[in-house]
Amino acid sequence: MPEGLTTHAGHNGRAEHPPAPPGDGTASRPGGLGAAGLGAARLLERAARSVAGAVVSRAPRADLDERDPDYIREHLPLLWLACSLWYRGEVRGLGNIPEEGPVLLVGNHSGGNMTPDTVVFTLAFSTHFGVERRFHQLAHNLVVSMPLLSFLRKYGTVAASHENAERALAAGAAVLVYPGGDWEVFRPSWQGGRIDFAGRKGWVRLALHHDVPIVPVVSIGGQETALFVTRGERIASALMLDKLFRLKVLPVSISLPWVLNVGDLLGHIPLPAKITVEALPAIRLREEFGEDPDVDEVYAYVTRLMQDTLDALAAERRVPVLG
Amino acid sequence: MRTVAALDVSAPAQAVWRTIADPQSYLHVMAGITRWEVCGEQRQGIGARYKMLMRVRSADIGGLIEIVEWDEPTELAWTSVTGLDQRGRWRLREHRTPSHPPRTHVELRLSYGVAGSGLAGWLAERLAAPTVADHLRTSLRQLKRSVEHEQLRTAAAARRGARARA
Repeated sequence: MPEGLTTHAGHNGRAEHPPAPPGDGTASRPGGLGAAGLGAARLLERAARSVAGAVVSRAPRADLDERDPDYIREHLPLLWLACSLWYRGEVRGLGNIPEEGPVLLVGNHSGGNMTPDTVVFTLAFSTHFGVERRFHQLAHNLVVSMPLLSFLRKYGTVAASHENAERALAAGAAVLVYPGGDWEVFRPSWQGGRIDFAGRKGWVRLALHHDVPIVPVVSIGGQETALFVTRGERIASALMLDKLFRLKVLPVSISLPWVLNVGDLLGHIPLPAKITVEALPAIRLREEFGEDPDVDEVYAYVTRLMQDTLDALAAERRVPVLG
Repeated sequence: MRTVAALDVSAPAQAVWRTIADPQSYLHVMAGITRWEVCGEQRQGIGARYKMLMRVRSADIGGLIEIVEWDEPTELAWTSVTGLDQRGRWRLREHRTPSHPPRTHVELRLSYGVAGSGLAGWLAERLAAPTVADHLRTSLRQLKRSVEHEQLRTAAAARRGARARA
């Protein structure tokens, strides 16, 4: 089973973690504490693991039937209004996505929890191929667990796990995955032009396992919808958010209406940045890399391809937010 | 929402019909159209199906459509099978007078919407209307240019043939 699959606004627990910054000490590794301190730390870690287990068990299992084409169709005008008037969305290269059959859409992720790139791409995909074509997006467990966001499941959003991704691909769906997940989506705004999957390669193994084509989907503009200052990975680690909620970050941003926004759990009002998305030609791994492709080589190739495209998209932009 | 555009073409209705009945011509003639592909074996006539998309601001809107009226050379109408609810119609009316070459009044109608989409749908239809109307007007201008140029080319070829025979 492939490992390291990570998705929009999050990742599953088996993901390859981003490189820990220097001095990234955690509460579960107390270092030079005495025996009492060590015992307390272990107790704390056990409590954290217990809560984490509860959170994970509350995450809904993927029911692919929760996707509701009629609901999506009825809400396309709303998406169209948001994408046309607010984001001035532009999606190119949809013709590069195979007309039918399972496909793994691998995207870079931007814009914090409001994920404007997903909104723009979902509208374009649904109108181009029709709501009848199965399309699932993988999201963090917390996203699909939140009652207020339950409508996302009608759009085909399922909790990020290998099992769910495999089930969706086996059902012939197009599956959208954001390997960078929460690590990438909360990168500082001045790194908006950077692809950062943090070394997560589960998506390559997933594509190989199911022998499905990969379509890289590159977007720009999302990181201009707020001023993302820091991921806050050290404080997230200190608060054990990874163990509790599978969150690697506790982002700090300057955004509306909060001004100083810590965590972005309640979302924010995104600035009307122009979002441009480009789907690249499909990559059939075994045709291009041989019968037994090297995962690292595929990862390096795809991320470089995406970085080159992102650079080209960035060169088109003249003014931040306005595009 | 219903959008209509019309204009006169200096050509017989049959010449206009040849263009609008040919699915291959739509990508060239119709403005905003990003896709117009035959679906299935039948290319023309009642029951022919096409996958069509029209760029309207942030999205390519359309879906699978089916020809439901085919009255050569006066009426051609389609309705949607999947995707956006739509109904389109070409209406051609030829005017012949003894003193003038034949002219054809061409009308292109497109009604569209999404059933059940509520207030957002109502608003989206109205905000999309200027773009759709502009596409229809541009399409008719391109159709006029294409058909009239074809008429001129045909007439020139006929003159050359007559001179060669003489």
